[in-house]
Amino acid sequence: MDATLSVEHVTKRFGMGETAITAVEDVSFDVAEGEFVSLIGPSGCGKSTLFHFIGGLTAEHGGRVAVAGETISGPHPAIGMVFQEESAFPWRNVIDNVGFALELRGMPRAERLERARHYVALVGLQGFERRHPSELSGGMRQRVAIARTLAAQPRILLMDEPFASLDEQTRLLLGEKVTEIQQQLRQTTLLITHSLTEAVQLSDRILVMTFRPGRLRRVVQVDLPRPRNDDILTSPEFGAYVAELWGDLREEASRGLQAAEHAAG
Amino acid sequence: MPRAEVRLLAPACGVLSLIAAAAALQALIVTDVVSRYVVPPPTDVVMAIARIVREEHVVARFLLTSGETFGSGLLILAVGVPIGFWLHRSALARRAFEAWVAAWAAAPLVLAYPLFLVLFGRSSLTIVVLGFAAGVAPVVLKTLEGLTATRRVLVDVGRSLQITRGQMFRKILIPAALPEIFTGLRLGLTFSLINIVGVEFLINFGGLGQLINELAERYDLAGTYAAIGFVLLASMVFFACMEHVERWLRRTH
Ligand SMILES: Nc1ncnc2c1ncn2[C@@H]1O[C@H](COP(=O)(O)OP(=O)(O)OP(=O)(O)O)[C@@H](O)[C@H]1O
Ligand SMILES: [Mg+2]
Repeated sequence: MDATLSVEHVTKRFGMGETAITAVEDVSFDVAEGEFVSLIGPSGCGKSTLFHFIGGLTAEHGGRVAVAGETISGPHPAIGMVFQEESAFPWRNVIDNVGFALELRGMPRAERLERARHYVALVGLQGFERRHPSELSGGMRQRVAIARTLAAQPRILLMDEPFASLDEQTRLLLGEKVTEIQQQLRQTTLLITHSLTEAVQLSDRILVMTFRPGRLRRVVQVDLPRPRNDDILTSPEFGAYVAELWGDLREEASRGLQAAEHAAG
Repeated sequence: MPRAEVRLLAPACGVLSLIAAAAALQALIVTDVVSRYVVPPPTDVVMAIARIVREEHVVARFLLTSGETFGSGLLILAVGVPIGFWLHRSALARRAFEAWVAAWAAAPLVLAYPLFLVLFGRSSLTIVVLGFAAGVAPVVLKTLEGLTATRRVLVDVGRSLQITRGQMFRKILIPAALPEIFTGLRLGLTFSLINIVGVEFLINFGGLGQLINELAERYDLAGTYAAIGFVLLASMVFFACMEHVERWLRRTH
């Protein structure tokens, strides 16, 4: 199956009358099969709104999302999601959390446990298989959620700030592993982030969003070779991409901040 | 402090306070500050235990009352949890009925026992149904509360994985609401037990409640209090069992 993801003229408003907020306005883009695209923008610019929309979890909206050219209405089997909020099931231990999607599919227990164990190790949680989320740190819980989605091996991977609660080192290493799998499985990937370095490290293309209304401001093609090892991460080219993005984002971010101050004052 | 000691400390404190209170009461009665014809001396109550076990079939009555409460508990779960789900799903039903359920929880249902007698006869069925009616409301309300408090993202994880409706219940909604459901059940069973013993007392039929009625009529105060002690025991057994079941359920989900 072709796993191209298309987003066309998506608009989403919250509320009505004077207090209405246009969270996302007329956003269109494609993610080709096997492509890694990041979406970056200041806090509150509508990234998560777009994420829920693409995942088929929002009912009323304008515009269209298509997988392989076919409009989707509701959650699609090819799409796997990692949510921004903490989403590990508190009543399941690590291994059963990670095996959740496989369990729903009716995969035999032995096979399921083996696959789950593999992904638990991949996110660096071996030894914690029998622990419950309440016994883990916030970053570890987030890794459980990442592993749960990866274990399902979706053709299209949507991630909403999956590495936000991780320290810089873990973030780099985990980003590396995720791209490894992504390259191997040729997953179509959309990553939402507000980390500039993370976006440049992982992506083929970066979409920059504006603040209120959330529109696409610019698309940056990242022409750095893969795998993006330490040499590349420390190269001047890498730095140049980060600086370029910062130039774009700075303006949007300060507008976001002003809006927040205005609202608070 | 070693672990075992820590674990025993709390129950030991509880038992010692009870003994101390009983000793104080005993002292008040011995010194005639409190009349022994109003409150029987604690030692008499303890002694009466053996007597009511021997002469009044208290063990069988204990099992009967516990069994009736257990039956009510099953009915409460079988009816209360689905009603909670229904109120959660239907905004209209919730707005229409939530306040009624809360009012129902506060109603002194045991006073309606003649109605239950007419409907179900002078039988255990009446008692079980009354126990159910008295205890169902907290389970409905707590189930609803647990479902409402379930974080949106957990449901979204399921939806994003094309979960079926049945799986959504079994694997997400029920486990998420389970702690609240059990809180409701603990409250509900307490209401049930109180009302069951109350109606046994009122219609002079069945287990511990009837015994309490008889002993009180014979003015056997020590025996009456000893029988009340068995009601407390039933309540404690239920609490302990529920804690185990809840822990087991949480592990298997
Ligand atoms: N359910 C809702 N009701 C009303 N307004 C909402 C709702 N959800 C989001 N919004 C508004 O829509 C805007 C975009 O929110 P969204 O969560 O998409 O931002 P975001 O880009 O993901 O931010 P962050 O980076 O902080 O996660 C915000 O201004 C927010 O106030
Ligand atoms: Mg967000």
